[in-house]
Amino acid sequence: MRVRAVMVRILRQLKHDKRTIGLMLFAPILVLTLMSFVFGGSTYHPKIGVVNAPLNFVNSLEEGDAVVTRYSDADSEQALYKGDIDAKIDFQNGVPHVKLEGSDPTKSKAVIALVKSASLRSSVAVQMKVQYLFGYKDMSSFDSFGPILIGFFVFFFVFLVSGIAFLGERNSGTLERLMATPVKRWEIVMGYVLGFGVFTVLQSALIAWFSIYILHIMMVGSFALVLLITILTAMTALTIGIFISAFANNELQMIQFVPIIIVPQIFFSGLFDLSTMAGWLQVIGRFTPLWYVADALRSIMIRGKGWSDISFDVLVLSLICLFFIIVNVITLKKYRRI
Amino acid sequence: MERGKSVPDEIAIEVKHLNKSFDKKQILYDINLDVHKAKILGLLGPSGSGKTTLVKLMAGIDTPDNGEVYVLGQKVPNLKMLNKIGYMAQADALYGELTAEENLKFFASMYGLSKAEQKKRIEEVMDLVNLHDNLKIQVKKYSGGMKRRLSLAIALLHEPPILVLDEPTVGIDPVLRISIWNELYALCKSGSTIIVTTHVMDEAEKCHELGMLREGRLIALGTPEEILRESHSKTIEEAFLYYGGVRK
Repeated sequence: MRVRAVMVRILRQLKHDKRTIGLMLFAPILVLTLMSFVFGGSTYHPKIGVVNAPLNFVNSLEEGDAVVTRYSDADSEQALYKGDIDAKIDFQNGVPHVKLEGSDPTKSKAVIALVKSASLRSSVAVQMKVQYLFGYKDMSSFDSFGPILIGFFVFFFVFLVSGIAFLGERNSGTLERLMATPVKRWEIVMGYVLGFGVFTVLQSALIAWFSIYILHIMMVGSFALVLLITILTAMTALTIGIFISAFANNELQMIQFVPIIIVPQIFFSGLFDLSTMAGWLQVIGRFTPLWYVADALRSIMIRGKGWSDISFDVLVLSLICLFFIIVNVITLKKYRRI
Repeated sequence: MERGKSVPDEIAIEVKHLNKSFDKKQILYDINLDVHKAKILGLLGPSGSGKTTLVKLMAGIDTPDNGEVYVLGQKVPNLKMLNKIGYMAQADALYGELTAEENLKFFASMYGLSKAEQKKRIEEVMDLVNLHDNLKIQVKKYSGGMKRRLSLAIALLHEPPILVLDEPTVGIDPVLRISIWNELYALCKSGSTIIVTTHVMDEAEKCHELGMLREGRLIALGTPEEILRESHSKTIEEAFLYYGGVRK
């Protein structure tokens, strides 16, 4: 069975190439870990300096998890200038005057929201009840975009490694040599799909397992479905990588495709909120495979949704995969017409 | 051009009015030649003369623009015929990360050899090219000559009746070169038809029949003796110059 022989050969080549295995397995894990440190921190606690503030107001601020320091008017200005505090609140005639440090809009927004809720609380004792349909209180941003990152890293590394592997086959003359054997074109493509497939199952499983059980990224859905999506992601990246390798003459040129093929997909994947973008621009996202990956993974991991909600994503990804398999079989005609 | 055979041998490969171009540049012009069964045909010519293009067409890997190639009576390219042809490319097309054995096993499965056949044939061909002790070594650690020999071994794996070798002896030391030629003669005796390209003039004399290629045209065809006689030359090199129109 030639497909199996191609598959075994690819796995043997990978086995001999420790660096690539390391790259594919541990680079995503390293980056995900770093990102969980950066984005996984609990919510920001604004540092606020107060001047002449009434006690109940200060108490409300502290209830809202702010770090409050009392200052004299002049000291507060200096603290603000040095960046020791994010904002100073000066009470003049019972009205809070807020002066923000202002260089980081996220911090500014946090302060304003906090001051608003604090002044509300100090005047009227309202206790708000909050419920979450999905997610939970103090959900970190890593929880929210982690699923996209898992999909992205699987896509990125499989795209690069499979593209470069196939490029090597073209450039070393082995593809031409292979075409002098009675192997059929589809057998080569399927051998590649299965060979890298076996390896990417391992890779996807490791990345998903590590993110969920070690980094404790939010996960309320089925692990099996997560695996299904990551494997499909790998297959899609693989077939696209092989296709793109036809347009590259060397490894560097393969890397040059990353900004064209991969980077735009990140923007449209849902990592950034696109709902303010013009409608026709949002539609572009529907043409990028990563959008379906991100949609499916988020639905499973954050919203705990099941098969019926992701079946459309699975269908689209499978079709993309199938499409590129066929295209790859056809482009191999360049080497042998039969 | 002349036909040198008086005995009506069986024809293994028939090339008729073959033309081939790449990117509007014509590489081969109206090539006609027959290769007789169980003979060694040498194709002699400088680099760029179209040797590789011609043997690829004869091995049924490439498709001609017009004209036909018949291998053992079958028109090529033809997927089934690839099983009857052993091809050794000019560049060593080997997987450097894999060991010699893994390379051999891979290509053997491409030709559909069973596990038992694979084992037997790998032993045989590696003995033949004198690489038996290097079976478990990664190919990237091989020298140029060793890679050449391994490529030859791979071409011989499935015992093809037709063997197409593109510059098989480049970078191989003279002692081994002789043993490879002896092996080619032995294969010939057992019925294989062999096509060898070379740009080394003295190697050309070792072939049963010789075709001279220059700038995409077949300028001479016949046994080395016939070619020497016809051109009143003492050496193949002189003959090449004669047919190339350089010397009267």
